[in-house]
This record gives sequence, C-alpha cells and structure tokens, in this order.
Amino acid sequence: MNAPAALSERPSALHPTADAGFAVYVHWPFCLAKCPYCDFNSHVRLQPPDQARYIAAFRREIAHRAALAPGRTVSSIFFGGGTPSLMEGRTVEAILDAIGEYWAVDPNCEVSLEANPTSVEAGRFSDFRAAGVNRVSLGVQALNDADLKSLGRMHSAEEALAAVEIARRHFERYSFDLIYARSPAQTPALWRAELELAISHAAEHLSLYQLTIEPGTAFERLFRAGKLAIPDHEAGAALYETTQEITAKHGLPVYEISNHARPGAECRHNLVYWHYGEYAGVGPGAHGRLVTAEGRMAHSTEKRPEIWLERVEAEGHALVEDERLNEEAQGDEYLLMGLRLVEGIDPAVFRALAGRELNKSRVGSLIEQRLLMERTGGRLAATPDGALLLDALVADLAA
Amino acid sequence: MDPGSPLRCVRDDGAAPQKAPLPCLGTGQALGGTQLHCYGARMSTRSIDNIRNFSIVAHIDHGKSTLADRLIQQTGTVAARDMSDQILDSMDIEKERGITIKAQTVRLDYLAKDGKTYILNLMDTPGHVDFAYEVSRSLAACEGSLLVVDASQGVEAQTLANVYQALDANHEIVTVLNKIDLPAAEPERIKEQIEDVIGLDASEAVPISAKTGLNIEGVLEAIVTKLPAPKGDPDAPLKAMLVDSWYDAYLGVVVLVRIIDGVLKKNMTIRMMRANASYGVDRVGVFKPKMQEVKELGPGEVGFFTASIKEVADTAVGDTITDEKKPVAEPLPGFKPVVPVVFCGIFPVDAADFEDLRGAMSKLRLNDASFSYEMETSAALGFGFRCGFLGLLHLEIIQERLEREFNLNLISTAPSVVYRLRLRDGNTLELHNPADMPDVMKIEAIEEPWIRATIFTPDEYLGSVLKLCQDRRGLQIDLGYVGSRAKVVYDLPLNEVVFDFYDRLKSISKGYASFDYQITDYREGDLVRMSILVNAEPVDALSMLVHRTRAEARGRAMCEKLKELIPPHMFQIPVQAAIGGKIIARETIRALRKDVTAKCYGGDATRKRKLLEKQKEGKKKMRQFGKVEIPQEAFIAALKMDD
Repeated sequence: MNAPAALSERPSALHPTADAGFAVYVHWPFCLAKCPYCDFNSHVRLQPPDQARYIAAFRREIAHRAALAPGRTVSSIFFGGGTPSLMEGRTVEAILDAIGEYWAVDPNCEVSLEANPTSVEAGRFSDFRAAGVNRVSLGVQALNDADLKSLGRMHSAEEALAAVEIARRHFERYSFDLIYARSPAQTPALWRAELELAISHAAEHLSLYQLTIEPGTAFERLFRAGKLAIPDHEAGAALYETTQEITAKHGLPVYEISNHARPGAECRHNLVYWHYGEYAGVGPGAHGRLVTAEGRMAHSTEKRPEIWLERVEAEGHALVEDERLNEEAQGDEYLLMGLRLVEGIDPAVFRALAGRELNKSRVGSLIEQRLLMERTGGRLAATPDGALLLDALVADLAA
Repeated sequence: MDPGSPLRCVRDDGAAPQKAPLPCLGTGQALGGTQLHCYGARMSTRSIDNIRNFSIVAHIDHGKSTLADRLIQQTGTVAARDMSDQILDSMDIEKERGITIKAQTVRLDYLAKDGKTYILNLMDTPGHVDFAYEVSRSLAACEGSLLVVDASQGVEAQTLANVYQALDANHEIVTVLNKIDLPAAEPERIKEQIEDVIGLDASEAVPISAKTGLNIEGVLEAIVTKLPAPKGDPDAPLKAMLVDSWYDAYLGVVVLVRIIDGVLKKNMTIRMMRANASYGVDRVGVFKPKMQEVKELGPGEVGFFTASIKEVADTAVGDTITDEKKPVAEPLPGFKPVVPVVFCGIFPVDAADFEDLRGAMSKLRLNDASFSYEMETSAALGFGFRCGFLGLLHLEIIQERLEREFNLNLISTAPSVVYRLRLRDGNTLELHNPADMPDVMKIEAIEEPWIRATIFTPDEYLGSVLKLCQDRRGLQIDLGYVGSRAKVVYDLPLNEVVFDFYDRLKSISKGYASFDYQITDYREGDLVRMSILVNAEPVDALSMLVHRTRAEARGRAMCEKLKELIPPHMFQIPVQAAIGGKIIARETIRALRKDVTAKCYGGDATRKRKLLEKQKEGKKKMRQFGKVEIPQEAFIAALKMDD
C-alpha cells in the first residue's frame, strides 16, 4: 500500500491536519461492574461474551472504515472501554491482524490497552504483549483503600501497585490514571503525598483527572441528593495547581489538561485527537473522524453491544451518526481539542478548517488578561491560568 | 323622523320579526366579520321618557359581568344559544384579568310592568384608576348606576371610590344585593353596612342571584322606576359626547356617543369640536350587543356612528360632536386631552423581531390613541421603542397584548415619568428617558409630576399605608373616616408611584386598600440621575432619575441584584451605582476560578462541540458591555426589581 502518497495527494485545504497521524480506536464495552463516576459506554455482563462472534464483527467494521478512508498508515491503535483487559489475548490479536489487513501500520505504531489493575487482569499482560500491545494504561484511580472503595473500584491500593509493577516488567511504556479532588477532605498536602507515591511507581506517563460529576452516573444521583460532596472551585483549583507543581518537579510536566509525561513520551494516540487528526472508531459506541471526499465526517456507532453486533452482522457497520462537519463545527472542534495541549493551536490550521480568522480583538483581550499566550511559530496556547478556565476561554474564542 | 316607514327589524334572538326582513346593508350577513343589522325604529314610540342610561358599580367578583349577562338574556336581547359568559368582555385579556378596558354598551328593550317598552342602555366602564378620565366620561353619559354588592361580603373598599365617582356624576343609585342564594348571605347586615359606610338608603335594595337568575326582573323594574330619564331637546342643534372609540378592521373607527340634544343621522356632516375636524356620517347604530344600524339617534340615546375616520387618534374621549351646519356655541364641559404619564422602553428580546414589533405597535395604536411610541436605541437592548401610557396597568395591558396577540418576546425598561428640566439657558425640556438627560451643569432645576392620591383602607392596615406613603416622600393632605374605612389623601411624587407603589399597597393591605389618583402639578425636586456601571461601562437601560435621599438604597439594591444575575467571567467585574462621578454603591462579581473539562478524548468531541454550540447560541443573546457579557434575563430581572 502506498498510504503516505495517497495522503499527500489530498489537498491540504480539505485536510489541514493530515500530518497529525491516523489512529484506530477499538471499544470493548464490557465491565465486571459499573464504576459510580463513569459515564463511558460500558455494560456489565455476568457471562463473558462470545468473543469469536465479536472478532468477526470488529473485522467487518474495520473493513467498512478502511473503505471510507483507504490508503492510510496507522500510527496508533487504542483499546478502550469498558474494560479491554477483560479481552482474551487472541481477541486482541485478531483485531490487530484485521487492522493490519486493511491498512498499512507504521512500524513504530503505538498500541495501547486500558487495563484494570487487578491481579487477574495483570495475569493477561504477557498475552497482550504477545498479541502486539506495546503500552498499557492502568486505572489505578487512587492509592488509598477507603477512597478506592467509594470510587467503586474492585482492587486495593496494594494490588494496584503490584499490577503497575507487572506492567513495568512487560511493557517499556505504561501509564496509569488517578482521580483527585475526590472529596473536600482531600487537602493539597494529602494529594501531594499520594501523587509523590504514584510518581515513584510511574515510568513516563500519568493521567491525573479531577473528579467530574457526569450526567447519568450514580455519583450524579448521590450528588443531587446531597450525599456526595466534592471540593468547590477554589479547592479544586488549588489541587490542580499542586498537581502541576509536583509533576513538573519530578520531570512529568503537564502536556494536556489532565496528562503528564516525560518529554517525548506523550500518548501518541491521544495526540491524534488533540491535534485534530483522523481516527476510525470501531466497536459499540465508538466515535470517529474521517476525512473523505465528502469532507470531515463525524461517526459514531450503536452503543448497545448486542444491537451493535446484529447491525454489523446485517449491514457491515453499525454507524448511527454519519455527519459532515461544516467549517464552523471543524473550527470549534479544533479549538476544543487543540487548546487542551500546552503546545496550543496553529491559527493557520484554524483558518483552514473554519474558513475564518480567529477574532483578533478577543485574542488580544485574552492575551492581555494573561489567559492566552503566543508561542513560537505563531501558535496560541492557554497559559496555566488560562488552562484552569479553558472551557470559558474556548467559548470566548469560538464565539 | 319617519313614523310611516316600515319597521325593518331583525332580532338577534331569532324571535319572529314583525315583518319579513328586507335586505339592507349587512342584514343577516357577516359584514367582514362584524355582524351588522339594519334597524329602523319608529322614533315616535321611543320617547325620551322611556330611556334609561345606567352603569354598574361593583367590586371585582361581586358579579357585575354575570348580572350584565342576565339582563341581556332576560330582555331577550341575545338568544340563549348565542350567549357566552361575560358577553361584553370581548377581548381575551379582559376575560382573563377580569377587568374591562374599553367602554362597552348594550341596548336592551324591556317591556315593563307598566305596559311600556323601555330602552335601557347599559354602559360598562373601564374599571381602573389608569382610566379614571374615561370612566368619568362614561359616567357622564348615564343618569344612574346599579351598585352591586355581594350579600355575604359586603362593600369593598374599591367599590367606595367608584360609588363616589357615580355620585359625583349626579347619578341615582339602585342598590342590588347579589349572591342572595348563598348560605353565607346576610342581606340585612349588608344593607346596614351600605347605609353605614356609604350613606345610601339601602331599604329598597333589590335582592338577586345573578348566577341563578333570581329576581332579575326586580332589577329591571328598579331601573325603570327609580332611575331618571335623560333630558334633552330633539329640536336643538346636535350636541353629543364622544364616550369612546375603537378601530374595526372593516368599518374603520367606530365612535360611541351619547346624544345630549338634537339628532344624529346618517349622511349628515358632523364636527368634532376639540379635534377640530368634520366628517360625513356613514352609519348610525346601536349595540344589542352586536351592531345594528338605526336611522338616527335622538336625545338621551347611546349608540355609535362611523364616518370614515382613519385612526382612533383622530378622536378624543369627551369631545363634543355637533352639526357642522348648525353647531352649538359651547362644547360640553369636562374635556381633558389624553396625556401619557408613564413611559418605558420596550425592546424585542430577539433583535430580528424589531419590524414585527413596530407593526404590532402601530396596530395597537389604531385602537388605543392613549398609547404612544417612538423609536429608541439602547446599547444594552438594541432597537426598540419609547412608549407612553396612561398608567401602570395600561402599560402592562399593552405589553401583554403585544406579547400575546403578536407573539412577541419583549423586554421593558423600568417605568419612568415625564420630568421637566429647567435649563440654565432659559429653555425647558421634557425628559421622557433618563438616558437622554443633558449634562447636569446645564440644568437649573428638575421638576417632577406630583399626584393627589386617595386611598381607602380598612383601619387595621392604616399604619402600614401611612408608612408606605411617608416612605415614598408623600405629604399628608387629609386623613379621615368614611364609615369604618379610613380615607387617606396624600400628595405623592409620581415617580415613587410608578415603580411598585400599587403592588406594595395591595400587598400590605391584603388587597383591601383602594387607590385613586390624579396628576396635580409639577414640583421641583432634588432629583439626580443614577447610572449603573458594569466593569466601569455605563449601562444605559439601567440608568434612572431618583430623589437624592433614595439614591443610595436604590443603587445598592440594583448592584446586589446584578451581582446575582451576571455570571462570573474570566475576570473580576465591579458593579457600581454612581451619581455623576461619585460611586454610591459597589459590588464585585468574582472571577471564575476553575472551568475546565477534565477528560476530552475522541469520543467526547461531538458532545463537547454541541455544548459549545449552545454556549455560542447563548452568547449571541447576551449584550456586550466592554468585555462583559450580560444575559438578557439579567436585564429583565433587574428591571423587574422591587425596592
């Protein structure tokens, strides 16, 4: 296949972010239990699903997307969920094989898989490694058993750290997630200690999320009922600032709102999203952005796994959303995604996508307020203060 | 008069006409939606002695409209199948609010026990203080009134003021005790109360139930026997009073008149003495309650005419109508030109509705000349209109009609009065909009309109009522008792009243206090313009003229309110009230501290974009003041603020 040639033939006006890479996202929607904070498309199944049948369906969806976006070279693959660490190694392998059949795969392709840090799942790490996974991302979430319990996690802090050690043995690249601002009792001092412990077990990458009450979750019901307290904005901001300070001190500076890495060790897959590159999403409830002859298309699939399966078997895909994004929508998405990065956005790319310039007076005013700054090469990025107000800042710039 | 002419009568009740109806204009067919019937009366049988003109005075809910319905039914004026509740209140807004804005009239033919047929004209009057002048003209068109009192609740304060108005118009009063069928009815006690409180002889009060129709005949007989017939000379030159007028899409302006002397006929040329205009009369008729044409209207009669008058604004309530060829020397007394006393800005919420709003206003004005408007622009609210009204209720009615009948979404600024500025250069300026105030250095003095307010209140609320008047810079003129009710007379600056005085009065007296006012004069006042600054930018729509002693409290309240209403921005926002360069109140809206989504990956892009689109949509509805975006709801809420 001659993917790079095909890419370069497309006019850059149609695809101004062609150099951001091409990613494939695989959604495995099953979990053993639903975590009370999680609003991802996950479904609890007591019996393991018929993985052979799912493999066949994934192959068909991959074939369908490859027909829409032929000739690409895959720069990253990500197994997300749900709980992909519940997959059998051969299922992972079969899906990776299918991707390799329909697209060229870059020899340095990053292949990540999300895993729960339980001993059972850690036992599969070698299978995953053998299947072709070269990076795992572990949902550690907290290093305090009481908090893990209230977060609905099925592992202890000790078990999680043991899983991290197993990951370290199997993968040169791994990351893990922590959730902070979990309760008003979590002071900056307590968080600092927890974070420093985490960093001592980290390699090159950490994802550190402030707890968000998402609509439709158990936490939302508790929160509305007054049974769950979270830190106010002031306390949340203080914890955020503590996070920036400590990770920077330990050589894992922030590169995206909630992601920290040694320089060069950023998650390549997620960078495709934030650089507003192309990505194919396969599996129940997966989202994609593909640049076809029609333009930049927003895709998403049927969320319910069994219906997804039936639809793919009947029609070859289960897209429920297949919408061309107009210039304004592309400009909005570029700002939403790109300004999350410390490196910021390229105003020329915005212009190419949105068909208009950024509003100069708004940019000027935000720079004057020290919420936005100019970087080398004319890029625009949120300052650390601006990052804390990013949603308001993006709304201001997009208006 | 033409006694020999055939009676061409089509009765609305479907009763057999005396002769087969002959075709004439609009007979039996809809004339562009308005039922117009031809009706030629033999005037000789309709002697002035057989006419009774009356209005009904009643507290809201005491059954005025139901009684009117029964009178219409009992006299066979409208067939049962055509009756609807509150038949006189034709506009929706009146039905819902239980108030009558325009004068309405209905002519009832009643065969009395004495064997004679009487023409009874029921004149329904607008029932609110904003329309005091219109009420006075309607009352001047009648010789008597029915006082309708709920037989269990007795006389309410609001009724008192209306009874006194009727007595001032030299009316004979027939007292009617309604709701006599209710178990709680205490007719004897209520009669005593009427005698005690109003000083009327209630011994011959007519006990009825308008709801069940009990003794409606008794009311009709009392009207015939107790109320005087009008007086007038059919051979004198035409002299008629313009009681009201309104716009009909098919007939043009319809003028309601009471003939004093002479005769009004089709094809004659009439002259409106105050408006100084002449018109050829196209149609003359009466309301039964649908319009029916008649050949002529004689002394004592109430009816309508049309004369190709284009706009209601060309007619003036209280004007004298006379014969162009044979005019009377003197117009009728008591005329007052209509002058708007309360002003406010009305703006469309969506700027795209501006032209629709302009169209709606011109349509409403067709029918309501007391409402005026001119274009206004505001940095806060965009393009809109500065509008003048007779009072606060009038303002509310117009606003509601604009929103309801024309489906417009509107913002109104705080009501203000007309200030008179005496400038140093010797000129005088009438200020309708605080935003237009000239530099204070040019102003010698500011004068504001004062009113004389008469309030009737039950004794138990007197203290609160006095305090309210005192707080609003009132000067006590009189305090006395009428029966068991206190009568409070105060001089008050109108600008203290337009804000929320009436609402406050109602709330502190649980609705029992009545309020009546008239504008008396302009007086100099220590008035200052208070500006509101958001992030150091003045917000024109929120500036107001206030008395210096009240400025600080008003300013503080406004700043506190805005602090709640303006969402936090990425920076801190001072909200200040200022007089000239001096800050008199300040609040600070703290900057946003944290507003960032923790997780945003490929699967989140669509949802986040849709959120952003909504935010952008919301921002379009905000008004930009410097760097600050103020949601329109904030203006609406701030302008609604009470003290």
